[in-house]
Amino acid sequence: MYKIITKMELAPKIKLIEIHAPEIAEKAQAGQFVILRVDEKGERFPLTLVDWDYQKGTITLIFLEIGVSTKKLGELESQDEILDVAGPLGNPSEIRHYGSVCVIGGGVGTISAYPIARALKEAGNKVISIIGAKSAKLLILEDEMGKISDELYISTDDGTKGQKGFVSDVLKLLIEKGHTFNLIYAIGPAVMMRAVAEVTRPYNIKTIVSLNSIMVDGVGMCGACRVTVGGETRFACVDGPEFDAHEVDFGELIKRQMMYLSEEKLALERWENRRQVCNERT
Amino acid sequence: MSEPKPKPKVQKEAVPIPKQRPEVRKRNFDEVALGYTEEQVLAEANRCLQCPKPECVQGCPVEIDISAFIKFIRERKFDEAIKKIKEKNSLPAICGRVCPQEDQCQKFCVLGKVGDPVSIGRLEKFVADWERQRGFDVPERAPPTGKRVAVIGAGPAGLTVAADLAKLGHEVVIFEALHLPGGVLMYGIPEFRLPKSIVQAEVDYVKKLGMEVRTNFLIGRTYTIPELLKRGFDAVFIGTGAGLPQFLRIPGENFGGIYSANEFLIRVNLMKAYAFPAYDTPIRIGRHVVVIGGGNVAMDSARSALRLGAEEVCIVYRRSREELPARKEEIENAEEEGIVCKFLAAPVRFVGDEKGWVRQMECICMELGAPDESGRRRPVPVKGSEFVMDVDTVVVAIGRTPNPIIQRTTEGLEVTRWGTIVTDENGKTSIEGVYAGGDIVTGEATVISAMGAGKKAAKAIHEYLMKK
Repeated sequence: MYKIITKMELAPKIKLIEIHAPEIAEKAQAGQFVILRVDEKGERFPLTLVDWDYQKGTITLIFLEIGVSTKKLGELESQDEILDVAGPLGNPSEIRHYGSVCVIGGGVGTISAYPIARALKEAGNKVISIIGAKSAKLLILEDEMGKISDELYISTDDGTKGQKGFVSDVLKLLIEKGHTFNLIYAIGPAVMMRAVAEVTRPYNIKTIVSLNSIMVDGVGMCGACRVTVGGETRFACVDGPEFDAHEVDFGELIKRQMMYLSEEKLALERWENRRQVCNERT
Repeated sequence: MSEPKPKPKVQKEAVPIPKQRPEVRKRNFDEVALGYTEEQVLAEANRCLQCPKPECVQGCPVEIDISAFIKFIRERKFDEAIKKIKEKNSLPAICGRVCPQEDQCQKFCVLGKVGDPVSIGRLEKFVADWERQRGFDVPERAPPTGKRVAVIGAGPAGLTVAADLAKLGHEVVIFEALHLPGGVLMYGIPEFRLPKSIVQAEVDYVKKLGMEVRTNFLIGRTYTIPELLKRGFDAVFIGTGAGLPQFLRIPGENFGGIYSANEFLIRVNLMKAYAFPAYDTPIRIGRHVVVIGGGNVAMDSARSALRLGAEEVCIVYRRSREELPARKEEIENAEEEGIVCKFLAAPVRFVGDEKGWVRQMECICMELGAPDESGRRRPVPVKGSEFVMDVDTVVVAIGRTPNPIIQRTTEGLEVTRWGTIVTDENGKTSIEGVYAGGDIVTGEATVISAMGAGKKAAKAIHEYLMKK
């Protein structure tokens, strides 16, 4: 069992939890994730390691409540326990001095972009960050990203904050204005990562994406997370989660991510109905 | 010279095992074989000739004194019988169910020359179940040696090593990556062949021998093997099993509805997707299910699909019936349940719909050519014989390759070009104090061979520790 030490809400439906998990805290590195199972009937699902504190023996996760598993997790309060947390999983990001790097977070992808940007900054890079969301109230980690970035750019789909449009539009502008980048990290929805890949491809700028494919075990057994990279089948959990953006078959990834949409909807409706019944009784 | 003894009268046929009827069992996940009654077990045990030099034992990878335990059954001393088995095997209820006895102990039974061999596996299962229902006796442990051993992976190999070393007085910690111990017994073999409550009970028994089991602990990531050695473990055993699924490497393989057998079985067995939405993990079963492959994993996948409501389940295998690697009993069970086998055919590509779901599978017919390195005749495609099958769920059960995480994170660990770990015959690897056994060494094999490797490694580790 893994105890929740602190919990807070960062934006509507976006929550942060700090969990007691000393071994994971000791070994965590930027770019890695954990697999959680909230309760006995729960799914195994991955979340990015956002922060970790070796001294306190804690790890920090941030998640959007979107399906049954994340809603169940969001219902837990400080001092509650999570049944299973395994990690750190996946290959760490290759953090070294590249020079000038651009780190892009789209939507909740900013959660995964933040620890990488932080580590790149600590390694002495000039970090230009771009974060985006649908709307200003859904924008997360703005202060945190601001603190570790030399420059921070913001975009929202509806123009309520920063530039109206997508993070890839901001990147395009920066490049056109003459910014040069030795490396670009882009993490977010698959369509956003694909858009960034298409922006950087003509300039031949090395671009890395962190893929959020469906996972079951997450430790290299099931192959649910398989993606086509450079024409080869690779496993996001053990070969990734980071891959060269210019090699990833995003069309396939998008379809594979949506495989269980109808089941996810069904499970969510069922869960919400049961919640309602419980609430009415009490 | 004494006169030749009169030949004992031999009951040529084995006492048949009661089973759920096919039309009933194909729609439930309950165990198929119901097990012998006491009367039946005595009748079967009495068929044993009690050979003065029993040959059956040479077929047992863990060297159970088979003749002796059968003698106890004949005398209705079931407690003595199980004790005899457990001298060598800590997981008898599991082995009685999933060992390929026909290729092991029963293959050597002299009765097999005139009729059915003694049903050793069914006898083992009976006494193991008899004991479990009464509660386990926990054997005494040797006094503590002060030595600590890390066992990586709580599957058949790891549990065997852990049990044997704990009995010898060593302090054992098992590290398991998944949330439950048991390995393939838990995530792979389906409920109807090996009920999970039985796996849990046998794992609990092993735990009672005195050891710590750390779940959610992926060695190679959480700690590495060099770190384990630095943190005070005197020896390490690697029993991480078969890992990443192999795919066919044909077009369209990543369409929705195409599962590796590992994913399919993990969803069903470990995550209980058959109970979705009461359990959160989903699985989608179409009307037409095709399983590619011919091993036990293929049979397990096909029979699971049927129980999950598939209208039609077809196994596609590129060789012929004679080469099927699955146990004969499982093939019979599958066919009785209505699963169709299509032999001498192999998929060449999948066709999907606009949403990315598989809809059709194009196959090509095969014929058998000259034998390959495995000794089996190599399948060769027949030109122009392509045909198309309508499918909406495909399970690819063509084997697995070793999980690479430990190999990548353990400097100095010698591996083969297939990624399996190199050991000597006792499981010793290229690193001092580090041993390995089971599928991670041999490639995919059986539960009992992994246990056999575990036994050998435990012996070698014990000798190493006592000399150290």
